[in-house]
Amino acid sequence: MKSLAELQALRDSMKGKIGVRDDAEGNTRVVIGMATCGIAAGARPVLAAFTEEVAKRNLQNVTIAQTGCIGICQYEPVVEVYEPGKEKVTYVKMTPEMAVKVVNDHLVNGNVVAEYTIGAKTK
Amino acid sequence: MYRSHVLVCGGTGCTSSGSERIVEALERELQENKLTEEIKVIKTGCFGLCALGPIMIIYPEGAFYSMVKPEDIPEIVSEHLLKGRIVTRLLYQETVQEDTIKSLNHTQFYAKQKRVALKNCGVIDPENINEYIGLDGYMALGKALTEMTPDQVIQTIKDSGLRGRGGGGFPTGVKWSFAAAQPAGQKYVCCNADEGDPGAFMDRSVLEGDPHVVLEAMAIAGYAIGANQGFIYVRAEYPIAVKRLEIAIGQARENGLLGKNILGTGFDFDIELRLGAGAFVCGEETALMTSIEGHRGEPRPRPPFPAVKGLFDRPTVLNNVETCANIPQIILKGADWFASMGTEKSKGTKVFALGGKIHNTGLVEVPMGTTLREIVEEIGGGIPNGKKFKAAQTGGPSGGCIPASLIDIPVDYDNLISIGSMMGSGGLIVMDEDTCMVDIAKFFLEFTVDESCGKCTPCRIGTKRLLEMLDKITKGKGTMEDLDKMEELCYHIKANSLCGLGQSAPNPVLSTLKYFRDEYVAHIVDKKCPAGVCKALLSYVIDREKCKGCTLCARACPADAISGTVKQPHVIDPAKCLKCGACMEKCKFGAIYKK
Repeated sequence: MKSLAELQALRDSMKGKIGVRDDAEGNTRVVIGMATCGIAAGARPVLAAFTEEVAKRNLQNVTIAQTGCIGICQYEPVVEVYEPGKEKVTYVKMTPEMAVKVVNDHLVNGNVVAEYTIGAKTK
Repeated sequence: MYRSHVLVCGGTGCTSSGSERIVEALERELQENKLTEEIKVIKTGCFGLCALGPIMIIYPEGAFYSMVKPEDIPEIVSEHLLKGRIVTRLLYQETVQEDTIKSLNHTQFYAKQKRVALKNCGVIDPENINEYIGLDGYMALGKALTEMTPDQVIQTIKDSGLRGRGGGGFPTGVKWSFAAAQPAGQKYVCCNADEGDPGAFMDRSVLEGDPHVVLEAMAIAGYAIGANQGFIYVRAEYPIAVKRLEIAIGQARENGLLGKNILGTGFDFDIELRLGAGAFVCGEETALMTSIEGHRGEPRPRPPFPAVKGLFDRPTVLNNVETCANIPQIILKGADWFASMGTEKSKGTKVFALGGKIHNTGLVEVPMGTTLREIVEEIGGGIPNGKKFKAAQTGGPSGGCIPASLIDIPVDYDNLISIGSMMGSGGLIVMDEDTCMVDIAKFFLEFTVDESCGKCTPCRIGTKRLLEMLDKITKGKGTMEDLDKMEELCYHIKANSLCGLGQSAPNPVLSTLKYFRDEYVAHIVDKKCPAGVCKALLSYVIDREKCKGCTLCARACPADAISGTVKQPHVIDPAKCLKCGACMEKCKFGAIYKK
């Protein structure tokens, strides 16, 4: 390292990598259903897409977690987004491509992708 | 990016309770479940709750697993990491709630703590410099080198009110200014990592959990006083700390954060390790420097103080590990931030090593001025087995005992001195009613007699004579005159010893004499040890009413001191009895008691 700027750049790139250890309660949580039904329907690539995209965009305060079956197995892979102080959003029948769009539209710009939500699919 | 981080404690406490095997099992299971790309395993430093080791935290949930065994790992991996179901059975009991888990920061052990010196311990991988940098590591050094003059650095440390955490409590900024005022030339920065107090292990935890913070602080000190060489004097008995320091120094050099022209500013600074061979006196600053020079570790008179004439007769600043751990944050967050914590004359926080008769054995960091009651009863979880708090011993062999009547005293440097104890390095041993205070004083005296280097007479001979008198009293052969003689000798040793070891050695005797004189009197006049510890003064007796004549005690006795026939009350022959207590442990009817 030859300068303070280089040190700062390294710090900023590392921050995202260890941010997961922050116990902050204000984080947005992306929870992916990873029970047998979810995994069979392809939840693992969805999870991978979320982690990759969040890392690529260096989003702070977003944690990606997994959970068991919430009982709507026909709609798996199910992804729920919990933002503090807001109602949770439930996305269903997710694919890795859809995951990328959710990160870009919802997590970055704050626009819920309405057509992916359970409300749109059950109509 | 990893979606989940598994932090396993790799401190000495958890390592000895088997955390290495946990890491191995974890890595094996993750591989089998093809999770190595998604989940990262990090071996960190100490979390502080050593009594419950091995400890493991899984993020992002923040699930705190305690007393983990290798057999538990398959379940944790397949349930928690694969399916997202937390294994409640293995969680630290206090964090278990009905629908969710309580964050660790809200448990009684952590809620009252304020982690400054231990900020990164148990959070980062100490063998990876990038994780330290990710949490603003080396930014304070960068700030000092590019934005501040050496005088501004010293002024900031002075304004913060930071005092040496090794025991003496001398203001760190003032120490730096003395060394800085010396004419330019070869100067040194030393770090005292020769933690010798029995029961204290906070320095070890910092070295094991966050070694870079020490390097960064030493470089900042070097810049402030105009030194370009540092030495860390660390005990060879801390193998994990030594290994991690070596790794840290190597990584810092590779990254250009130690060595020539640091961050392109033209400032040079490098650090070398020196291993101590375990002599307690080498924790004393002049003895420590003599030892680094390659001589026998013996103290020398002061003045001249090290800041004027220290290592190799050059101006030297010597700081303790915990002191160092505070410095980068003071530079980054400012003197006012630090000074806002603590009491009027003791700023910031202090780490205590809780030990003895207490539930949560481990490391705690609290703001200065926290009361002893909060530390013992709330954070420490109180005393096990429903026993009563009798006293707390602070400062190890140089400190004193604080009686139950003073449990509400706010703990800081000056308060402890005023009641005849001292902060010392922060060992805090809790004692209950089963502890004999004369015996405790004797225990610490035995330690100082062993560790006295022998250079000056008051310490070498005085402590020995003091121990002989204590020994006499615990054997029931003391007289009341001995008490006066002991007190006089204590003051004599304190006033005339060459270094801190001798000057503080009588403290355990003086403070127990002050607060527990009645126990000394009981030993001398009544020939009784009220706590039932001193063997010469107690006898084991069998209660004829309760004895069923089962013969278990007679068979357990190694000295054949118990006689009696089957189904008849037994009797102990006091002449043969070794007072080992084996009979009392074996008796199922509670018929044997100490008198």
